[in-house]
Amino acid sequence: MILALEELTKEFPTGFLRRGRHRALDGLSLELARGEVFGLLGPNGAGKTTTLKLMTGLIWPTSGRISLFGHAPQDPRARTAVGFLPEHPTFYDHLTGEELLTYFAGLCGLQGSDARRRVAGMLDRVGIDEARRRAVRTYSKGMLQRLGLAQAIINEPALVILDEPMSGLDPIGRRDVRALILELRDAGRTILFSSHILSDAELLCSRVAILSRGRLVATGTTSELTSGQTRGWEITATGLTPAAVAALQTQAERTIRITHGRYTFELGADVRPEAMVAEIAARGGALDTVTPLRATLEDVFVERVS
Amino acid sequence: MTRVRLVAWHVFKESVRDRVLFAIGGFAILLVVASVLIGQITAGQDVRIIKNLGLATIEMSGVLMAVFIGVGLVSREIERRSIYSLLAKPLHRWEFIVGKYLGLVGTLAVNVALMALALFLVLTWYNVTTPQGSFASPVPIVDPALLKVLVLITAELMLLTAVALLVSTFSSSGVMSTVLTLGVWVVGLLSAELRGFSVLTSSPMLGSLVQIIGTIVPAFSEFDVKAEVVNGRPPVAWGYVWMTVAYAVTYAAGLVGAAIAVFSRKEFT
Repeated sequence: MILALEELTKEFPTGFLRRGRHRALDGLSLELARGEVFGLLGPNGAGKTTTLKLMTGLIWPTSGRISLFGHAPQDPRARTAVGFLPEHPTFYDHLTGEELLTYFAGLCGLQGSDARRRVAGMLDRVGIDEARRRAVRTYSKGMLQRLGLAQAIINEPALVILDEPMSGLDPIGRRDVRALILELRDAGRTILFSSHILSDAELLCSRVAILSRGRLVATGTTSELTSGQTRGWEITATGLTPAAVAALQTQAERTIRITHGRYTFELGADVRPEAMVAEIAARGGALDTVTPLRATLEDVFVERVS
Repeated sequence: MTRVRLVAWHVFKESVRDRVLFAIGGFAILLVVASVLIGQITAGQDVRIIKNLGLATIEMSGVLMAVFIGVGLVSREIERRSIYSLLAKPLHRWEFIVGKYLGLVGTLAVNVALMALALFLVLTWYNVTTPQGSFASPVPIVDPALLKVLVLITAELMLLTAVALLVSTFSSSGVMSTVLTLGVWVVGLLSAELRGFSVLTSSPMLGSLVQIIGTIVPAFSEFDVKAEVVNGRPPVAWGYVWMTVAYAVTYAAGLVGAAIAVFSRKEFT
């Protein structure tokens, strides 16, 4: 395990006298294995960013334990193999993109020609090579996000932690970031990212965890989370007479006419399809397909979070 | 130490690209040069005026830079959220604080050196163009003893930067930090008077309180030897200079240590 969270709880003081307590994270336990793409999902205020900040040593837990490569996150040894992209990254206005990456590369122990080579390659990789000599203050939001990604992976980290990496990006930017995440995964990196864009998580993640109000409400592979739940059936048949359709549609939640005599019937999760299949045959129709309707990650998310 | 050096170099780079520094530095150099004109208005006192005005300008511009840049050393990183990316790197928090401190001290030292060079150039030009015997003073026009003042100004700025850095670690308000740091500096300038305040008051409690404040605050008054050096009396010994520098280094080390302690416990929510 490269990362293990055990019963992690984080409370923040509230109120003028800071006597109140807001529990942002409540007993979170997670483990991350090498090579995974792990999605931390949840609505706003679920505790995603708090979790990532705990992992990077920016804040510390009220109780519980974090092991990052066998060390506490506050130990710089733990962070030598970690890259972090904060949400809405902002940097130093007075530096150029190239200078910023050179500075961060130096902090990761890269110097001289090694650093120069790595920085040049990284700027090219995230697609801001042409803006390398421009001051960061002139960068667009999307370019800043790309620069943020570049600084997060400048040290070729084994674990890349990304807080809402698609935030503020246009469709092309999102596609590029997705491609970069997959590229990192193929290079053997472990990626942990938070998001509330479920389609991205569904596309990229080998495993996800869903947080709600600081609590872990679901975790597993996307197929584990969705395959156990059939939200109904879709039966398509041809050669149906109007009388047959009228009889069949009383059993269906929804009937869709495709062409003359060809219909699709949607059944609820509580109805088995066998009876309708038998009736279609009995009324002279021909069965085309019977498809179970699986829950999407969005269905699971909405169900668990609400 | 590489990471400390990198953070320090970054502060230096940020400072020299800061328009505030350019404005203060440019104005200061202009004032040093203009002191020649001001000196000519006051017959017989011209060299003293040039030296006094030049040294005061070097000190004041340094103080303004130390305060205005110093109070933002840490708080600006938090405010613009660049701290998140930075501290996620394999960087100890003490390295960040020490690097920030050394970076600004380096910037101020370079600034003092440049302005001192301007002052010495003005004095050299004046020395060359002034007829022999027209200047009656026990000290030469281009006086190496001015270096004592410059060393003490640098030490004073070193100490003031440490004050600003400490304030920057716990105060998130720029105005509050500036007022607090300038307040400590002003009280420090009065520290000698505060230490002797008990003989002037009939209230022993008030006297003791003011005396304690005068003892605790950095004794910035001890760094001011401008008048003594410019007039040549009473002479300022190099021993005094180095003792005062040692005081500044010790006090600054304590303040930087306190800044590290505060910053190490800080959470970035």
